[in-house]
Amino acid sequence: MATPNVPLWEVFIRSRNGLAHKHVGSLHAADSTLALQAARDIYTRRGEGLSIWVVPSNAITASDPSEKGMMFEPAESKIYRHPTFYDVPDEVGHM
Amino acid sequence: MYTQALNSSDGDDRGVEDVARASQFQARIDADERIEPNDWMPAAYRKTLTRQISQHAHSEIVGMLPEGNWITRAPSLRRKAALLAKVQDECGHGLYLYAAAETLGTSREELVDAMLSGKAKYSSIFNYPTLTWADIGTIGWLVDGAAIMNQIPLCRCSYGPYARAMIRVCKEESFHQRQGFEIMVTLCRGTAEQKAMAQNALDRWWWPVLMMFGPPDQASQHSDTSTKWKIKRFSNDELRQKFIDATVPQAEFLGLTIPDPGMKQNANGNWEHSPIDWDEFKQVLAGNGPCNRDRLAARRKAHEEGAWVREAAMAYAEKRRSRQLAQAAE
Repeated sequence: MATPNVPLWEVFIRSRNGLAHKHVGSLHAADSTLALQAARDIYTRRGEGLSIWVVPSNAITASDPSEKGMMFEPAESKIYRHPTFYDVPDEVGHM
Repeated sequence: MYTQALNSSDGDDRGVEDVARASQFQARIDADERIEPNDWMPAAYRKTLTRQISQHAHSEIVGMLPEGNWITRAPSLRRKAALLAKVQDECGHGLYLYAAAETLGTSREELVDAMLSGKAKYSSIFNYPTLTWADIGTIGWLVDGAAIMNQIPLCRCSYGPYARAMIRVCKEESFHQRQGFEIMVTLCRGTAEQKAMAQNALDRWWWPVLMMFGPPDQASQHSDTSTKWKIKRFSNDELRQKFIDATVPQAEFLGLTIPDPGMKQNANGNWEHSPIDWDEFKQVLAGNGPCNRDRLAARRKAHEEGAWVREAAMAYAEKRRSRQLAQAAE
């Protein structure tokens, strides 16, 4: 009964032209060909996709969630990056 | 990312509980934040979810068996195509759920082995036989109907991968219930014999379906912590009541009689059922239901007879990989 661990793949699907591929889940498959076929059967039974990417899970480098405070702090403190930071006189109208 | 590859090294929270981290964790749950695979979580939360999600996955896979029984004998091509699509969906649901369970750090091989060895449970409902075509209608209408009642609140479960898997499952489950009810409508508008067949199926499935919601609230061993952790949002009895209240008018529409002569509507409009035979539930859970041995034997046979395919696929992938390496070295 001991089956060797079958590699894990992350599946990304592009739902409509113009939208980016989006992560939808993962699956096990021996190689990339089988992973693509399994992804089609598991994640696109109702026409959810026009294009599929499969990526070996262990090829992904991820940020560490426990360090998210430090990681994203530079964006938190820079409110001047948002348009609402700037005052435009009312009489100028929509800008 | 929700991968076992990234979780496997994270062993520090498995045994030792850390009081400060546990209270931070509870604060996140109370604030309705989602817990993600690489976040710290109490060992008991991990264990509870691994048990629940993997049992749920096993139920989807074993649930293919009673319905698969009728694919070759469906009364028309339309019914056959729909039933085949439904059984494929159940397989897909099992796979989404195994993937969600794996993010907690147990491999699918281990989870499947626990089911095949009889150590892990699956829903007791699938240990009942499908004796007639009307059973397929009843399963879609009631078993999938009860599953939807259970699963909709799970879409807001505190564990992100489980909640996301449930959203996909619930979207697909609605087709299952409607195709079942359509079978029942057709039978009930058919000959007296067909209607009797529908009634007979309802008679056999009604009580086991009510048991699907689990033991009454006073007796349920997992409810308190699961509620605190927002894995569970409604109690067993609340969901059971909701299901009965939704189903009674549907049975009335079909002209079928729910096999509970003592059932009555109370002042709040809720239908009160007679006592449930929990001994039967315990017996089926303990392995003594009508089909427990059949179901496990069928899963083991499929697993063993598929072993050469899994091995061949892995051997082929390995051969191609080493050829590519050799070519690259030239």
